Amino acid sequence: MAAILEIRDVHKSFGRFKALDGVDLNVEEGEVVVVVGRSGSGKSTLIRCINQLEAHDSGLILVDGLDASRPRDLRRIRIETGMVFQSFNLFPHMSVLRNVALAPVRVRGLSWAEANGRARKLLERVGLAEQIDKYPGQLSGGQQQRVGIARALAMEPKVLLFDEPTSALDPEMVGEVLEVIQQLARTGVTMVVVTHEMGFARRVAHRVAFIDAGRIVEIGPPNAIFDAPRDQRLQTFLKAILSN
Amino acid sequence: MSIFDTFLNWKVFVETLPLLLMGLWVTVGLGMAAIALGAAGGLLLALLRLYAPQPLRWIAVAYINVFRAIPLLVLLIVIYYALPFVGLRLTSYTSATLALSLVSAAYSAEILRAGIEGLPRGQSEAARALGLSPLRQMTDVILPQAVKLVIPPLTSNAINVMKDTSLASVVAMPDLLKQATQAQALAANPTPLIGAALIYLLLLLPFVNLVGFAESRLGRRTR
Ligand SMILES: Nc1ncnc2c1ncn2[C@@H]1O[C@H](COP(=O)(O)OP(=O)(O)OP(=O)(O)O)[C@@H](O)[C@H]1O
Ligand SMILES: [Mg+2]
Repeated sequence: MAAILEIRDVHKSFGRFKALDGVDLNVEEGEVVVVVGRSGSGKSTLIRCINQLEAHDSGLILVDGLDASRPRDLRRIRIETGMVFQSFNLFPHMSVLRNVALAPVRVRGLSWAEANGRARKLLERVGLAEQIDKYPGQLSGGQQQRVGIARALAMEPKVLLFDEPTSALDPEMVGEVLEVIQQLARTGVTMVVVTHEMGFARRVAHRVAFIDAGRIVEIGPPNAIFDAPRDQRLQTFLKAILSN
Repeated sequence: MSIFDTFLNWKVFVETLPLLLMGLWVTVGLGMAAIALGAAGGLLLALLRLYAPQPLRWIAVAYINVFRAIPLLVLLIVIYYALPFVGLRLTSYTSATLALSLVSAAYSAEILRAGIEGLPRGQSEAARALGLSPLRQMTDVILPQAVKLVIPPLTSNAINVMKDTSLASVVAMPDLLKQATQAQALAANPTPLIGAALIYLLLLLPFVNLVGFAESRLGRRTR
C-alpha cells in the first residue's frame, strides 16, 4: 500500500538546539501511528512539521504526494489534514456548532445549511448533541476536546494529527476523549497520535514510534515496543512510565 | 456686572446656541470621519507591520513612529499652510480630516497590533491548520477577538481624536471651538466659550466613563 505520509530525513533546530535530528517515518493509508517519548524529545515538533505550524530546516515531508515545503502544496495539505491540539484551541467567540461548520464553509465551499448539518451529525457522534449552541467557554475540558475532534473531522481530512489530546484534561475526562479517538481509529482514518497514554497506545496503535532526542529510535507494533523493547533508552522510558 | 452676567449669561447663551450647535455638527462630522479613516488606515498598518514582507513592514514601522512623534497642530499647519507652496491647496475641512486621520491611524495601528499579539498562539495555529485562507484567518478568527480585546484603548483613541478636532479651528474650520470664539467676539461676552466647553464635556464624558468602566471590568477579570 502507498504511504499517505512520508517523512524523510527531517531536521529542525530552534536556534542551536536540534529538536528533530533526521526523522524518517512512513504512514500507510488507514494506519494509526502513536508517537511516544520523553518530554522535550521532539514529538510536538515532528507532528507540527507535517502541517508546517513549524517549518522544518531540511528533509522531505510528503502528505498524499504533496510537498509540505512548497507553499502551493501546503494549503492543500492543511485542508486535507486535521489537527487536534493539547489546549483545544477552539474559537471562543463562536458557538460550538459554528466552530465545527466554519472551515467546511470557508474552505470547502459548503453552504451554511450543509455545513451545519454535517457539524450536527459530527457533534452527535462525539456525544455533544445537546451543546451545539453553547460557547466553548461553557464546556468542560473533555467536551471542548471532543468539539476539537469534530472540528477537525468536519473537513473530512485524509490524515488526522493529535498532539497530546488528553494532557490538558482532568483525569476523569481523559477516558471520554480517548474513547472517541479509539472509535475513530476503527473507521479506518489515518492518524498520527502523540500521547502519554500507554494503555491507549497499546489498544489503538498499529505501530508505536518511540522518539528520543529528535530521532525515532524504535518503531513497531505495540506488543514489540511494550513487551520486547530493544533500545536501551526505550527500556528506560517504559520503566519510568510504568513506575508512576 | 455679576459673574453670572459675564460667564453664564443666559440671553447670550440662547442667542449663540444655534451657532454652537452648527459648530458641534462640524466637530462631530470631522471627528467621526477621522476616527473611521484612522481605524481603516490603522488596520492596514497593523497588518503590514505584522505580516508584510520586509520593505513594506519597515515602511509601516516608520510611518507609525513618525506620526506618533509629530505634534498634531504642527502637522495640521504644515498641511494647510505649507502644502499650497508646492501647489497642493486643501480646504480646511480636508486638511483637518487628513491630519487627524493620519495621526489616528498610527495610534490605531499600535493598538490593533497589541490586540492581535495578545491572542493565544493557538488561535492562529488552529485557523491555519484548518486550511483557512490568510484573509479568512483574519476576518473570522483573529480580528473579531483582537478588536474586542482592545475596545477600551480604541475608545480612548477615539476620544482623543474628538478632542483634537478643536485644533482645526486654527485652520479656519468652523467647528465648535471656532464658532464659540466667533460668537464670543460678536456678543462681547465669554459665555459661548463656557457653552462650548460644556458641550464638549456632554459629548465626551459618557465615553470616558465607558472606558473607565470597561477597564475596571477587564482588570478585575484578568486578576
Ligand atoms: N518555538 C520553540 N522555540 C524554541 N525551542 C523550542 C520551540 N518549540 C520547541 N522547542 C524545544 O524543542 C524541543 C522539543 O520540543 P517538543 O515540543 O517537540 O517536545 P515534546 O516531545 O512535544 O515534549 P512534551 O512531551 O513536553 O510536549 C524542546 O526542548 C523544546 O524546548
Ligand atoms: Mg509536546
